[in-house]
Amino acid sequence: MSEQPLFSVRNPWFAASVGITLAIAVLAALAGLIWLPLAQPDLKLTGIWDAICSAAGVPRAAREQPSLQPTFKTSTVVMTPAMLRRSDPVSIGRGATLAQRCAICHGPQGVSDANSPNLAGQYAAVTYKELNDFKSGARVNAVMSPFAANMGNQDMLDLAAYYAYLPRVPSDRADTNAAAPPIVTTGAPMRNIAPCGACHGDFDTKAGSPWLGGQSAVYIKAQLQAFASGTRHNDISEQMRNIARNMTPAEIDAVAAYYEAQP
Amino acid sequence: MLINKRLILAHFWLAFAVFGLALLLGAWQMFERSPLNAWHLDPEFYYRSVTAHGSVMGYVFPTLIAMGFGYAITEASLERPLIGARWAWAGFLLVAVGAVVAMVPVLLGLASVLYTFYPPMVGNPFYYIGVVMVVVGSWIWVALMAINFVAWKRDNLDRPVPLAMFANVAGAYLWGWTAVGAALEILFQILPVALGLRTTIDAGLARVFFSWTLHAIVYFWLIPTYIAYYTIFPRAIGGRLYSDAMARIAFILFVVVAMPIGVHHLFADPQVGAGFKFMHSVFTGLVTLPTLLTVFTICASAEIASRLRGGRGAFGWLSALPWSNPIMLATALSLVMLGFGGAGGIINMSYQLDSTIHNTQWITGHFHLIFGGAIVIMYFAIAYDLWPHLTGRALDSFGLMRTQLWLWFIGMIVTSFPWHYVGILGMPRRMAFYDYADPAIAPQAFSVSMSVVGALILLTSGVLLLIVLIRGQMAPRREEGAYRFAVAVHAPARIPAALNSFGLWLALMVGLTVVNYGFPIAQLMVLKGTNVPAVYVGAAQ
Repeated sequence: MSEQPLFSVRNPWFAASVGITLAIAVLAALAGLIWLPLAQPDLKLTGIWDAICSAAGVPRAAREQPSLQPTFKTSTVVMTPAMLRRSDPVSIGRGATLAQRCAICHGPQGVSDANSPNLAGQYAAVTYKELNDFKSGARVNAVMSPFAANMGNQDMLDLAAYYAYLPRVPSDRADTNAAAPPIVTTGAPMRNIAPCGACHGDFDTKAGSPWLGGQSAVYIKAQLQAFASGTRHNDISEQMRNIARNMTPAEIDAVAAYYEAQP
Repeated sequence: MLINKRLILAHFWLAFAVFGLALLLGAWQMFERSPLNAWHLDPEFYYRSVTAHGSVMGYVFPTLIAMGFGYAITEASLERPLIGARWAWAGFLLVAVGAVVAMVPVLLGLASVLYTFYPPMVGNPFYYIGVVMVVVGSWIWVALMAINFVAWKRDNLDRPVPLAMFANVAGAYLWGWTAVGAALEILFQILPVALGLRTTIDAGLARVFFSWTLHAIVYFWLIPTYIAYYTIFPRAIGGRLYSDAMARIAFILFVVVAMPIGVHHLFADPQVGAGFKFMHSVFTGLVTLPTLLTVFTICASAEIASRLRGGRGAFGWLSALPWSNPIMLATALSLVMLGFGGAGGIINMSYQLDSTIHNTQWITGHFHLIFGGAIVIMYFAIAYDLWPHLTGRALDSFGLMRTQLWLWFIGMIVTSFPWHYVGILGMPRRMAFYDYADPAIAPQAFSVSMSVVGALILLTSGVLLLIVLIRGQMAPRREEGAYRFAVAVHAPARIPAALNSFGLWLALMVGLTVVNYGFPIAQLMVLKGTNVPAVYVGAAQ
């Protein structure tokens, strides 16, 4: 084979390939980083260096503008994998003691007919988040807010662990043969509504979404209406408000009745 | 001469087995989201299926074909046993085990993140670990190809490396470097989050790393096809390769410019500057050159074969080609699909045109036409050509082969042309459900249904492929003689060192990577506040 050294400017293959590659790279850089940005008056560039920085994607400080703050508190809870871990028996035991004072509305076994949420078997992350939101004022309820106001973080963890530990009890109105309404199975993509079942059970659950099976229809309907009107606003990133606003009253009724009948 | 036949056969059989399963999933997906199906399932199942289909078709199937074909090329073209056959088996096992490790969490619904990972979505760590095992297995192949290449050169100082081996090593080096991007993404961005060590992820940086892999991986898939064009096709139709040097230059161009162009997949991403998007677009334009060179050389080689067979006239020679030969048929059909797919690709690489079809079904149609069509049909041809030499048995169900190839071609056109069309109408990709009752998308219902018909034709073709290969495995024994590659019209006796080695081209490849990716990556690594909370997929189960 050829004895000529490969990496030498006297090797025509080396000179040509490196030269052409460099020339294309330099021309592309000149066009992409200088000429094209300067050709766009909307960018309001101050010079060549500004053009290069802009085209290279260096972030430019935005003009100081007061950001719009909501007039109400929003949830400060961040969902982390730690919330999904199983709790230890000590935590569950402490939670059982603390839960004595919740029993009047939520039932001694976490189930009640008072149209308040059934907490037995609810995911710990869900109970913990709601207690946090009641405490911070992100969610307001005349009965729950005072209860949560004096709870410490460990109290909330323990209560959540206890209720997650309790077995779910089928509702009095259970009907597992009820056909799932379309909003649960398919959502309404053209209205940006994901299927309820993809997060709230039936098909799948997502971290932080409550299990809705066996919850009171009255309660589910009231919460959807509260999300739709904005009086409840502790959903992270407005997930539920955006969905509930786009649901029809008939769909809200169907969902409430369906989940009440589920195990 | 082929010595490690079981090794090569194992690669091909595993490749076609997983291909068959993934093809089934693909056909189901086409049906699932079409108006022919009354929607009744959790969309989660659709994404599970898409993840499995993409991971198998993108990572496992073509990697196994490239590896198996690479070992065959090494032994047949260098005419000596493969160095490191035990390592090759180890690589094969890593790929096989990695595929299982990755697929189990996907099938359990713990990693429905699609094969492109899409951070900040994060799935079960075993999915990523499985993918890494597949990549590491293929890196063993990369190392073996380099070792065999260097060892042969040392023992044959006065001879040029055979074209097939040169091209094969080009593909190996390209893959070795291009897989680094996804490896960096998985090891430093995704796995720490999947393992619970961190809860936030720099999705923008992760996407830039993935783009490093995402485009050149296509050329890694493509190279076995191009090797078949250059070194199998002319011999199979009784002709000669038009130019050995042109072929080498085409493969070298792939090595140099196939990789630092991936940002054209990120045209709609805000974290990369417009200037770098432009530079990547320019180099993406360059990568059409080796394909245009190839189309010219292959057509010229076909013309040589035809004129040797008595073909005449400006176009009359086309009819004198041996159309009943499956390799002839596969190559012609492949070039037609490459033409349409390539034209679509030029639209994707230009910033303004891309904005009309970005993230639409056009893109899915495009890469199915190029990869599933032009590339995979040549994988079939490679298998048909190699099979008798690997099994030592006759493979002569030519009618069935032709039917299979035609069905694959027709199926792919019927699937992907309507797919492109609905993309132009604005149908988004990566969605499990479309409400065809809505007047806005009702006109797309017919085209989507057409794609389902195409998918069924493809499925039929896939079944025929397996029938042909199984029949070949059970046919009576027959001695096939040595496996040969095409000879060039002017067989190279002495060629410049640049066309017989990779040092210069690898230096240019790495240099261009630094030029085109260096600043965007460095900047994103330095920027504070770019991490976002991870979205855990299947975490609640």
